[in-house]
Amino acid sequence: MKKSICLYFQVHQPTRLRLYRFFDIGKDSHYYDDFANRTILKRIAQKCYLPMNELLLEAITKSKGKFKLAFSISGSALEQFDRYAPEVIASFRKLAETGNVEFLCETYNHSLSSLVSPQEFAHQVGKHKAAVEQYFGVTPKVFRNTELIYSDAIGKMAFDLGFKTMLTEGARHIMGWKSPNYVYNNDFVEDQKLLLRNYSLSDDIAFRFSDRGWSEWPLTAEKFVDWLHGAEGEIVNLFMDYETFGEHQSPECGIFEFMRALPEFISKDKELEFVTPSRAAAKHKSIGDLSVPQPISWADEERDTSAWLGNELQQDAFNKLYGLEEKLSILNDPALWNDFGHLSESDHVYYMCTKFFSDGEVHKRFNPYDTPYEAFINYMNVLSDFIIRVNNAIAEKQ
Amino acid sequence: MKVLMFGWEFPPHIAGGLGTACEGIVKGLAHNGVETLFVMPSASGDEDQSCATILNASDVAVQHVSDTVEAFLDKVKFINVDSNIVPYVDPEEYFEAIERMKREQTRETTVGFGQKFKFSGKYGANLLEEVSRYAQVGGTIAMQHAGEFDVIHAHDWLTYLAGIAAKELSGKPLVVHVHATSFDRGTDDMVDTRVYSIEKRGMEAADRVVTVSDLTRNIVINKYGIDPGKVVTVHNAVDFSGRENLHVERGVHDKVVTFLGRITFQKGPEYFIEAAAKVLKRTRNVRFVMAGSGDMMQRAIRQVARLGISDRFHFTGFLRGQEVQKMFALSDVYIMPSVSEPFGISPLEAMRSNVPSIISHQSGAAEVLKYALKVDFWDVDAMADDIYALLQYPALSDFANRQGFDEVNALKWNNATRKLKKVYESVVNP
Repeated sequence: MKKSICLYFQVHQPTRLRLYRFFDIGKDSHYYDDFANRTILKRIAQKCYLPMNELLLEAITKSKGKFKLAFSISGSALEQFDRYAPEVIASFRKLAETGNVEFLCETYNHSLSSLVSPQEFAHQVGKHKAAVEQYFGVTPKVFRNTELIYSDAIGKMAFDLGFKTMLTEGARHIMGWKSPNYVYNNDFVEDQKLLLRNYSLSDDIAFRFSDRGWSEWPLTAEKFVDWLHGAEGEIVNLFMDYETFGEHQSPECGIFEFMRALPEFISKDKELEFVTPSRAAAKHKSIGDLSVPQPISWADEERDTSAWLGNELQQDAFNKLYGLEEKLSILNDPALWNDFGHLSESDHVYYMCTKFFSDGEVHKRFNPYDTPYEAFINYMNVLSDFIIRVNNAIAEKQ
Repeated sequence: MKVLMFGWEFPPHIAGGLGTACEGIVKGLAHNGVETLFVMPSASGDEDQSCATILNASDVAVQHVSDTVEAFLDKVKFINVDSNIVPYVDPEEYFEAIERMKREQTRETTVGFGQKFKFSGKYGANLLEEVSRYAQVGGTIAMQHAGEFDVIHAHDWLTYLAGIAAKELSGKPLVVHVHATSFDRGTDDMVDTRVYSIEKRGMEAADRVVTVSDLTRNIVINKYGIDPGKVVTVHNAVDFSGRENLHVERGVHDKVVTFLGRITFQKGPEYFIEAAAKVLKRTRNVRFVMAGSGDMMQRAIRQVARLGISDRFHFTGFLRGQEVQKMFALSDVYIMPSVSEPFGISPLEAMRSNVPSIISHQSGAAEVLKYALKVDFWDVDAMADDIYALLQYPALSDFANRQGFDEVNALKWNNATRKLKKVYESVVNP
């Protein structure tokens, strides 16, 4: 049996909030920085999504169908593509038409609902599934939760929604002596298979590729294929943000050349083959249960949820938002659900993270605010206006 | 009566409340028949000169250094000028000042005698250097204008050395005016000793020390060891002429309780937050606003989040110009829970905007405001009680509102400066 190489790229763009002052509360209920969202999206489309999609399409054609990979595109990102850069959707659709690209399901707004609300989780998963069907004409079969957040219970929730395969992080504190290079199953549900990210090899591309201080710099496709050969096990899962290509790693560092060469080398290799997550689950048997009582994720050194809910600011904002759920269900107003969805994007609480020391670099890179405090103040001002709208609507209904 | 007055700033370009107070004093003195020659480090030329002649210290060359000046300057030369020291300044201003100073440092430190010294007139990084240069210029001005004034008046420690130099060279009596002391800027055990020594020297050299409240008078007597016989309180006033209250349409239907000022230890922000949490346990139809910025802001935000009230407690950041009026117009209750406040002009502004105010007993304003509600800064239960009462009982808030409005309108600089004129007279003709 050839060793499987499973590539999956995450595509997500947050709906950034505008500078929302106390004076705006109750007066102006447009919360989003449309200019920043459009500008950033268009820039990344030019630097990453469009050229990279073209590159991948070429590689698939060249490999005569041997090159396979998967994407998960959040609903928030899809909305922005639709609004500001529909050509990106068209280029993803071209990839979908090859049949070699799988689209995964996630929570529509890249939210943390799995940690707090099974109802909202189910709602967002359903919404995302419908969006993928609408845009790409395929029904997603495999689930990846926001930031690869996973626990036994979250896996079970996804299973109950019909997902027999799920992706998560091969977090060291969960794996212990076990290798992420095999397929495991959910501790609660034997029939749910888990694909675990090989963080070392994934981060070699996503984080270290252009690092000249790294002893392995420069990384070439030959060298990387050697490492894949050397990796003990049946499958190597390379999961990373799609923005790695062209955005986090600049074109000048040779990341595109690397990604052009890699599929060629692997396709020709006698011991390696590309698989999609669905194919991986069909091909490999589970070698055992994996117990994950507490949620894990792919973020930061801790690989837990502390990047989003680690301090009192984040917890307060998070609790205040999800405290509205019951009222929203009573109202069932599409406009309110829509704003609730955008406010539930995990990015907003991520900006309030105060773990500046070990992972500060990564946090800073993605943060439009100067300090976590500014992020919190702005978010709470927006949320306060939203709460007023919800309460007014409830009062009207009564 | 003519007075040579040393200030640090004058409207329209002001960073703190000192400039506003100086303008009020100068106008009030004019009303009482006192002419003022006002010296400031960096005049822009657009100051209102109808009541005083404004001298720009940056235009004065230090040339004829007499023996006495030499001797005096020897005394001030030991002042260390290399470290950052910043009185009443907001963080943004501080940051900008530091950046500007860094750029300008080289040029400014090479200025010598016989040349003009370009003052920034701000509260920046090389403030102490400016203070000692200002003293040199002050002495020169006193000589150039000898015979044109009867008394010297210096506002706050920044100008005390200039006042002393002027006194030594002209032989005229000196009045120093204490708007704030080191003890209002730091805590008891964290006082900047360099500033303290300048303050003490100024008060000792002065013939009279004027304080803005009895609270400050006690500090001057107890902490600086100044003879009580020469310390006189002249309470601040406020000039509301030409001011119309803003009418702003409200976005929120809840009542709004506002704290406005620097978020620093002295202003007691944490007591306000605790009181807010207590009020919110009782009633939900209220929002709290902390307007301003400062070194305690991050701690305050954490405290709010920890108490779980961040959907009802808002931060606006630093407010400028018109935004302050807007904030008052949106408020139902104003609160100043200061731990130490020499005077505190903001509750006067709030009351003038028809906002009933709660202030701490530890503020100088408490000595003059009968119709503000008063609590001890640490008594968060009493504070919560007062907030609740003002929100829930219209009879109380209407009364406080109406009476407070009249009360602050009666606090006129004309009256305060009449008292100041008496102080001048007591030193000119002892």
